[in-house]
Amino acid sequence: MHEFDLSSAVVATVRKHAHGRKVTHVTLRIGRLRQVVKDTLEFYLAIVGKDTEVEGATLEIIDVPAVLRCKTCKNEWEIEIPAFICGTCGPGNVEVATGEEFMVESIEVEDEEDAACTAQR
Amino acid sequence: MHRTKVRVVEDALDANNTIASANRSDFDRENVTVVNLMSAPGAGKTTLLEAGLNGIAEEGTRVGVLEGDVQGSFDADRLSVLHIPVVQLNTDNGFGGECHLDANMVRSALPAVPLDEMDILIVENVGNLVCPAEFRIGEDSRIMVCSVTEGEDKPLKYPLMFRACEMVVINKIDLLQYLDFDVDRLEANILQVNPHATVLRTSAKTGEGIEAFRDWLKALPARIAAERAHDHAHEHGHDHDHDDHGHDHHDHEHATA
Repeated sequence: MHEFDLSSAVVATVRKHAHGRKVTHVTLRIGRLRQVVKDTLEFYLAIVGKDTEVEGATLEIIDVPAVLRCKTCKNEWEIEIPAFICGTCGPGNVEVATGEEFMVESIEVEDEEDAACTAQR
Repeated sequence: MHRTKVRVVEDALDANNTIASANRSDFDRENVTVVNLMSAPGAGKTTLLEAGLNGIAEEGTRVGVLEGDVQGSFDADRLSVLHIPVVQLNTDNGFGGECHLDANMVRSALPAVPLDEMDILIVENVGNLVCPAEFRIGEDSRIMVCSVTEGEDKPLKYPLMFRACEMVVINKIDLLQYLDFDVDRLEANILQVNPHATVLRTSAKTGEGIEAFRDWLKALPARIAAERAHDHAHEHGHDHDHDDHGHDHHDHEHATA
């Protein structure tokens, strides 16, 4: 249910970097722990992006697994269920290594042939 | 025309976090500690505040409340009898309101909030277990209330919310005698998702646990100040070992707020 607001945030971020150019492709990097429903996000992106530079852009989502790290034993492991506990050392010293990302990774925009923007990566 | 790939690598919630930082500066300037209070609808946020804040001013802690609701001022009306500053913030723009408060909504309400009259501002978020966890508002601490009528498995279904909070209040424990509810299992599930959470059991109705809630609240400004002084020293390169302090979730917040 948070996907509507998240898609608004995505569109705002994409537009900021598009500088008025038409956006053809958006790549997001989303961690498992964000509990984002991809289909729902895509559905709302189409609605929120309508009549903006983002309208019609294709969407690619890079899934980032939920990986925890124990700061005591330095072990790292991926979780499939929300258990933030180290099998060896217990709950005291566990941190999230990856899985909390909600990033706009890159966008593809249409440029004029001779635009200086091609220098951008 | 040809296509250019633009590398962005930006947290999509940066815009909200920037406004949250501006709120934070305003709170800091007035020396106000801010609590973001969240829960599912009906868990008892307002009742907890009615019980927990009653008489707290006489004990030397000045608390104000910013009431977030989709519509109406029912909660603010209930709290107004406590003779503390209460400001209503409605998220309804006429077409059905937002399901959460974000930094900008809080910012728009701030001119009406007498920050100079309070030590702690409690922002009572819209009842919702999902969206409020995503949006920082410039708070120092996040608390959530869950009640024993909601099911022991809620932390496992809504880990985003349960992990975002440093304290979880289990409310309505006076009802346990009527329910097939395993409160120990709920607490175990909370700690599985958020091992560093402080868990408190309360009944806003009978008053059980309310004293502990009030004590936690009264101690909050000094604790937050100490933590921030510690982090500040850390930022300046002093040799501090953070590993055994057990506040991962603060590290996460500092990256954005």
